[in-house]
Amino acid sequence: MGEELKINPLRKFLRKEKLPHFFCAGCGCGQVLNYYTQALDALNMDPEKMLHIGGVGCTARIPIYLKTDMFHGVHGRTLAWATGVKMTQPDLPVVIFAGDGDLVSIGGNHMIQSCRRNLDVTVVMVNNMNFAMTGGQVAPTTPEESVTMTTPYGSGEPRFDVCRLAMAAGASHVERWTTAQPVQCKLAMERALQHKGFSLIEIVSQCPTHYGRYALKTGDPVKVMNYIQSNTYAKEQSERMTDEEKEGKLPLGMFICEEKPVYAGTNMAF
Amino acid sequence: MSIIRANQLDAWEKCVDTGVHFMLGNYALVEGAISAGCNFFAGYPITPANEISERMSQRLPQVGGKFVQGEDELCSVFALAGASLAGAKVMTATASAGFNYMQEGLGYCYTIEAPIVIADVMRTRGDNFATYADVYQLRYGCSGDYEAIVVCPASVQELYDYTIWAFNLAEKYRNPVIVMSEATIALMRERLEIPTAEKIELFNRKYTTAAPADYLPFGAPENGCPDFAPLGKGYKTIYSLNPHNEKGGIDWDPDEFERLYKRVCGKIRENEDDICRTESFMMDDAEYAIVTYGSETRPSIEAAQMARESGIKVGVLKLCNIWPVPEKAIREVAGNVTKIFAVEMNMGRYVNEITRVAGGKCPVVSVTKNRGQIHTSAEIFRAIREETK
Ligand SMILES: Cc1ncc(C[n+]2csc(CCOP(=O)(O)OP(=O)(O)O)c2C)c(N)n1
Ligand code: SF4
Ligand SMILES: [Mg+2]
Repeated sequence: MGEELKINPLRKFLRKEKLPHFFCAGCGCGQVLNYYTQALDALNMDPEKMLHIGGVGCTARIPIYLKTDMFHGVHGRTLAWATGVKMTQPDLPVVIFAGDGDLVSIGGNHMIQSCRRNLDVTVVMVNNMNFAMTGGQVAPTTPEESVTMTTPYGSGEPRFDVCRLAMAAGASHVERWTTAQPVQCKLAMERALQHKGFSLIEIVSQCPTHYGRYALKTGDPVKVMNYIQSNTYAKEQSERMTDEEKEGKLPLGMFICEEKPVYAGTNMAF
Repeated sequence: MSIIRANQLDAWEKCVDTGVHFMLGNYALVEGAISAGCNFFAGYPITPANEISERMSQRLPQVGGKFVQGEDELCSVFALAGASLAGAKVMTATASAGFNYMQEGLGYCYTIEAPIVIADVMRTRGDNFATYADVYQLRYGCSGDYEAIVVCPASVQELYDYTIWAFNLAEKYRNPVIVMSEATIALMRERLEIPTAEKIELFNRKYTTAAPADYLPFGAPENGCPDFAPLGKGYKTIYSLNPHNEKGGIDWDPDEFERLYKRVCGKIRENEDDICRTESFMMDDAEYAIVTYGSETRPSIEAAQMARESGIKVGVLKLCNIWPVPEKAIREVAGNVTKIFAVEMNMGRYVNEITRVAGGKCPVVSVTKNRGQIHTSAEIFRAIREETK
C-alpha cells in the first residue's frame, strides 16, 4: 500500500476517548473546534492550563472534546460561572463556547452585564440561527420570516445583531465571521485569546439538520453555507452598499478591539 | 478532610473580630462567614437579607476577598459555583423569592459536589415578614436526586456559630449547605461573643495528591466525597451536570448513573450522626416534648417553663439542623414522652417529618402560627395546656 496514515497534529488537544464527536455531518461546530485548536496551536497555548465552559446545546459540546478543565451542562449560565472563576483565579484563561440561544436568550442578561463589566473572558458564540439541540426552534437570532419548528408560519420577531448588542453593552473586543472563513476565524480567536477584557467572536454557522431543513428547505451543509454567504457582507463594503442591499444581512469583520479596565469585583481596588 | 487551626493562617486570624459585640443578626452571620474563611460572596439585593451583602461588601475587601453584586440570583449562585471550583470559600444570601431562582445553580452544585453556603433569610410570599414556610423548599426545591444540609440558628450568637458550622460541613461533604434564618433573628441586635481565632476549628476541602493521569475527579469511597484538583493544572476535570462517571466523563450508562447518585445521596444519608445536632432542654423527666427549630426555640423553652410552673412536665428538643432529619434524636424522644408538640412558624410543615419519625410511638400535635411573626411563649403554653387537659 505504501500510503502513510497521517494524523492531524491538532489531535494532541483532543480527548481521544471522546471521538468520534457527536455533531451531525456538515455541522459548523466541528469547524469551529478546528479553527479554535489552530488558534491555540499558533499561540502555543495549552488547554490543560485553561478553563473552558460550555452551557447547554450543540455548541456547548465543543469544549467536551478538548483536554481541559471544563464546566458544562447548565443552559445560559456560562458567564455567571466565569464571573466567580475570574474573581478567584484572575490569571486563568477562560474560554466559553455558547450557542446563540444560550448566550442571548436564556443567558442574555448575564451577557449584557458581563460586557458592561468587561469581564476578562473569550466568548465564542456559534450563531446557527436556531435552538439546534432541542430540535430547531426559533431563537432571538433567527432571521425574520424563517420557518422553524415553533414558527411554522414564519418568525414574526426581529432578530438580534449580537455584535451590536455586545458593543452597546460595553464589550471591548467584538468580531463576527462565518464558518466559511477559516483564516479569519482562526485569527479572530487568536486576537481574542490575547485580548485582556471581554471578547466576543460570533461565528455564523450552518445547522443543516434543523435550520437548513426547516428554514431553507435543504439539509445540504454547502447550500446552508451559501445562504449564509449571501446574507452577510464584509463591513468594509458597507459604504458601497445601499440600505436595501444591506437589509436583513449581517456585517462581518472586527468591529472593536480596545483596551479597557477589566472587571475585578463590584468594589474598586481596596 | 484536613483540620486547620485558625492560628495557622496568619492573615485569616486578623479577620476574626474577637470580642464581645452587640450585633445585628445579619452582621453576625457575615462575621461567622469571615471567621470561617469565606473569601467570595455574590448576592442580589433582597429584604430582609440586605445587611448581609452590605456588610460583606465592606468586610471582604478588608480580608482579601472578593464581593460581586450579581445581576440576579442566578448570577450569584453560578458565580459561587465557579469561585468554589476555583478554590474559594463562597457564600450568598437571599430570601425566599430569590431562593426560588437559585434552584438551578444549587442543583448543579449538588451534582458536581461544589461546597457553597447559602443564607436564606426566609420571608413570607411577597413581603418581608417572618416565616418558616419554605422548610420543604430548602430540602426539595431542586430537580434531581440530592440530600440537603440545612442548619437553623435560633439567636444572633448562633447565626455566627452555625455559619462557621455550615462552611465546615460544606467543605467536609462537598455539598451545598443552607443557613436558614428569618427576619426575627436576622434583624435583631443581641450579645455576640466572637472567640479568639485559635479556638475556631475549620475544615478545609482536601486536594488530591495524585498525578493528573491517576486522578479520578469523582472517584470516592462509598458514602464519601472525592478530592478536589485545582483548575488549570492539567487535571482536565469535566464538571458537568450531565450524568458522569468517576473520571468525570459524561456517561449514560445506567450503572454509572446509579452509582453517582447513590454516593451523592449516601455521603449525607449515611453520615447523619456526624452531621446532625440537637439540644435538649428539661427533657430528663419530661412527659411532653416540644420539638422545634430556629427562632421558635426560645419561646418554646419559655413555654415549657411556664408549663412546668403549672405542673405539666414539658421539655424541648431543639433541632439545630432540620435536613438531614435528626431521626435518632426525634425517635428517642418519641419513645420517652406521651405527646410531641411540633412548634413551627408556618401552616404545619415539618410536623410531617416528626410524625413520620415518631412512627406512632406517640401522637404528634402540630402547633402552628402563620401570621408573619414568631410564636409568643404564651401562645405555645396555651396550646400545650389545651392538649394536656
Ligand atoms: C433551563 C433549561 N431550559 C431548556 C433547556 C433545553 N435546551 C437544551 S439545548 C437548548 C437550546 C440550545 O440552543 P443554542 O444555545 O442556540 O445551542 P445550539 O444547540 O443551537 O448550538 C435548550 C433550550 C435546558 N437544557 N435547560
Ligand atoms: S443539530 Fe445542527 S447544530 Fe446540532 S450538531 Fe446537528 S447540525 Fe450541528
Ligand atoms: Mg443555536
